Amino acid sequence: MGFQVSQNGDATLVEVEGQLIVGNRQELKQRVLEQLEGGDRKFVIDFSSTGYIDSSGLGVLVSLSKKIREQGGELRLSSLNEDLRTLFELTKLDTLFRITDTKEEALVGF
Amino acid sequence: MENDLVLEIPTDVRSIQHTVEYVMQRCRTCEAYQKRLHLNFRVGLTEALTNAMLYGNEHDPSKHVRVEVALENGRLEARITDQGGGFDPSAIPDPTEGDNILKSGGRGLFLMRQLLDEVSFNDRGNQVTLVLRLEQGTALEGGAQA
Repeated sequence: MGFQVSQNGDATLVEVEGQLIVGNRQELKQRVLEQLEGGDRKFVIDFSSTGYIDSSGLGVLVSLSKKIREQGGELRLSSLNEDLRTLFELTKLDTLFRITDTKEEALVGF
Repeated sequence: MENDLVLEIPTDVRSIQHTVEYVMQRCRTCEAYQKRLHLNFRVGLTEALTNAMLYGNEHDPSKHVRVEVALENGRLEARITDQGGGFDPSAIPDPTEGDNILKSGGRGLFLMRQLLDEVSFNDRGNQVTLVLRLEQGTALEGGAQA
């Protein structure tokens, strides 16, 4: 379980491995905020290797999205599996984020 | 309710996923209902345990969470009890309405209500009971208390 952070042009790509849950949400928040404070404004969080996100994890994504927008940036999400998409749809968070099928799609035109 | 599985776990958020996986494994005969078990029951149990540890027991490692799971007549029931003072579930706003969608919290109970067939609380508000209806003929593996 961990986070891989890499640069793709102007965009910061964060790949979530395993789960995004109450036990590791603060680590993700810290990693993204460090990049934001360092000047990054375009973020993609990819979930192709993610099995589960709990409500705490959803909350961290909302919080990060707000902070990034306040700095004039954008947070995009990619590669949600069917179960994760269901959670986003139930909570209507699919209306808050731009969600793409692949990380490549999210990075295009960013 | 005669319990098929009873667990007493310490307040430690790192134990939540392990506990959920353990309960899921004990219900091997529920495999025919993987979709509902993997998404609906897993999410409900995870959120109930998280609420119990974070808000009920307020992170206090000296307090425990009791998990009782029973499967009878196709009705999978999980009862989660914390040692906190309880809360009023009717006071939790709908996280999908208006500006609530921009709040970082408040989705756990909502997801439980969306994904389980029944969600109920005791009067004190420190115990939640989740029910997922499967079909008749399923049973938890083992059956002994853990």
